[in-house]
Amino acid sequence: MHKLLVDNPGQKSLLLGNEAIARGAIEAGVAFTSTYPGTPSSEISLNFFQVSQESDLYFEYSTNEKVALEVASAAANSGVRSMCVMKHVGVNVAADALMTLAYVGVKKGLVILTADDPYMFSSQNEQDNRYYGKLSGLPILEPSSVDEAKEMIIHAFDLSEKLQEPVIFRTTTRINHSTAIVEYGALKERITKGDFTKDPFNYVTVPAVSRRLHVKLLENYKKSEELTNTSEYNFINGTGPYGIICNGVSYGYVSDAVNDLCIKDKVKVLRIGFSHPMPKSVIRDFFNGCEKILVIEEGEAYMEEAIKAIAQENKITIPIAGKTEDLLSRLYEFDPALVRESMAKYFNIPYKAIDKPDLTDIPEIPQRPPNLCAGCSHRATFYALQKASEGMETIIPNDIGCYTLGFMPPLSVGDFLICMGSSTGTAGGFAQTTDKKVISVIGDSTFFHSGIPGLINGVFNNHNFTLVILDNETTAMTGHQPNPGVDMKGLNFEGYGQISIEKVVKGLGVQHVTIIKPYKIRKSVEAIREALDFKGVSVIISKEPCTLYEKSLKKKQRKPFYVSDKCKKHKDCINDLGCPAFFIEDSNIKIDPAMCTGCAVCAQICPENAIMPVKDN
Amino acid sequence: MDITRLIITAVGGQGNLLSSKVLGEAALLSDIPVRMSEIHGMAQRGGVVESALLFGDVKSTIISDGEADVLVSFEPAEALRAMNKCKSETVVITNLAPLPPFTVTIGSGAYPDIDKLQDLISSKVSRLIAFDAVALSKEAGNIMAVNMVLLGALAQTGILPLTVENIKTAIKTRTKKTFVETNLKAFDLGYSEAEKQN
Ligand code: SF4
Repeated sequence: MHKLLVDNPGQKSLLLGNEAIARGAIEAGVAFTSTYPGTPSSEISLNFFQVSQESDLYFEYSTNEKVALEVASAAANSGVRSMCVMKHVGVNVAADALMTLAYVGVKKGLVILTADDPYMFSSQNEQDNRYYGKLSGLPILEPSSVDEAKEMIIHAFDLSEKLQEPVIFRTTTRINHSTAIVEYGALKERITKGDFTKDPFNYVTVPAVSRRLHVKLLENYKKSEELTNTSEYNFINGTGPYGIICNGVSYGYVSDAVNDLCIKDKVKVLRIGFSHPMPKSVIRDFFNGCEKILVIEEGEAYMEEAIKAIAQENKITIPIAGKTEDLLSRLYEFDPALVRESMAKYFNIPYKAIDKPDLTDIPEIPQRPPNLCAGCSHRATFYALQKASEGMETIIPNDIGCYTLGFMPPLSVGDFLICMGSSTGTAGGFAQTTDKKVISVIGDSTFFHSGIPGLINGVFNNHNFTLVILDNETTAMTGHQPNPGVDMKGLNFEGYGQISIEKVVKGLGVQHVTIIKPYKIRKSVEAIREALDFKGVSVIISKEPCTLYEKSLKKKQRKPFYVSDKCKKHKDCINDLGCPAFFIEDSNIKIDPAMCTGCAVCAQICPENAIMPVKDN
Repeated sequence: MDITRLIITAVGGQGNLLSSKVLGEAALLSDIPVRMSEIHGMAQRGGVVESALLFGDVKSTIISDGEADVLVSFEPAEALRAMNKCKSETVVITNLAPLPPFTVTIGSGAYPDIDKLQDLISSKVSRLIAFDAVALSKEAGNIMAVNMVLLGALAQTGILPLTVENIKTAIKTRTKKTFVETNLKAFDLGYSEAEKQN
């Protein structure tokens, strides 16, 4: 049985934050779940996926976050507890649905999880999604720890039902990817079927309806203002003249700092866990007896702005600080020492930082950046692409996935990237305004997610670019989730359709479509050259499964290669491919047989034909 | 209860996440509060994977620069890179078998000299335990057991509030059945190596 399905209240388990969140939702009786995978949220969905294989929980990998929210909103309005999981930037994709869903509301609990990523461990920006609460008028809950996340998610469903509104559940990477001991609670029954009652004058958001629904939303907002003021998630610890207001993981750092600085009798801490709407009367009362207040929150000055406004409304003039140059930054994530030091500084508490050893004499350590795996098919495609476009002036808009890593030398494939799917849309703009050859690259999953509209745009507006679709039959970057192009039957999952990228592209009216096998270098180069010569939109579909995924599926392996003594040390293999299976030993070029996947790309580019398959024995 | 802060640093694929899991499980068995964090995502494609483990009454799940009590590194250059996490009282345990990053192969960086690296580390912290953990894992009969060798050495220092017995029980329950025997052997080899270096 899946470990998150165990019905054993009181059991203590070591869970990853994302597992704890999934467990909490299961305890709450969630019956319908949807997602588009995105780090740091991915393991929540992975666990839902696994649980759905052995229970009546419904889970789907949706095409993108907007669709994920749409299916979940329908499920919740049909009376089924639902959850929709995405990373922070996914909410931008879903925002169109979100804003009006807030007007329409839900019949049963709907929790929308946004996993923010301060410091951008694996994201293109570090936007603070608490502002989505303000923008939409929806309530936001934010846990401070893994164990709290599990409990809070159950409450989020109840809150959603009380307000008949979706609830936004905001985490940050350090909740999602931290591990702690969690105590299991009882499992609520899953109700997987409901019904939808027609009520077009409350559901069909034409202007006349929406004018009324907005009134309803504001009434709901009033209710949530009452609820946030009495919420157990906005609590105060301690008493004293120094006031600290904090949220999320900062609460942990603050609590530890209070101990480290021995200021227990001087500080009172307000932890905000129900952060939209902000609890006005709690904050107003908190001001009483405070000499000064420090607001400690990662990201934007979301709470600080609200707190200062509340102070102003109540004519309170005590100093309130947070995001200022010499205290706390809007950039990146916080850490315990940074929070401790800011507290010491602001409240004038004597503090001696730990003696750190002098590290100035440590030599520069070679960087270890992430790299495409040995034998990754993207490397082969990118090499062929560079060969085919040799001598051309190019602009290469790339997209989001493992293949983004190809922007690094020596492959250097990638010039412009702003969001999921942007490679196809931006291609048209570059093609129109420059005389350079525009070549876009996008992965299969991203193509389905949001690359298709940009391609349609290119065909309709008659732009001139080549789109290379890297079809490795999985969503590799986030941990090998399926996508609509994947042969699910082949993976032993029943009940799925499969969409052919080739048919989609041809159906859109692209006149020049070629499929290549990227490990066949010469043929690939020729095919790409022809596509580049084509005037208008041309598409190359580069088809080769992700080699890491194949390995994990224990598919048939190819023989590894080795560098024979024919090698004259041109190092073309190393310099042009950057495959991590290569290393140099006593100035000899070598291939690590444990890493080599036998893709044979290096063997095809070696001018001496020195690279050969390892012979049996 | 005292708080103990441990950083484990490794190269993606070296199995350090399993060692964190074992220690977390051992803490659960010992009724010791534990919180840990790790970085997933991009780092998995051959990058550095760093985990933080905090034992005792603490709410943070990450460790600031200069605040680790112990640093365990699966790779010598990575030990050097993680020195910013250490203070003068830190104990450093490192594998000495290098895994040069690809930037060295393409000539955009030089791998540090192993002897000099050890001198540097020892001069800055209270104790350095350094040995070829790959050789010991081979001796144990499982080249993938570098993580268990290093856990053995870590257990020998007695810095963590965990008993050897509980760590071994966690190895038995949390690692693959077929490897339990070699994993335990690897653990013991790491333990006695650290003892020798005391
Ligand atoms: S996981 Fe797959 S797609 Fe990603 S770099 Fe590795 S081989 Fe390439």
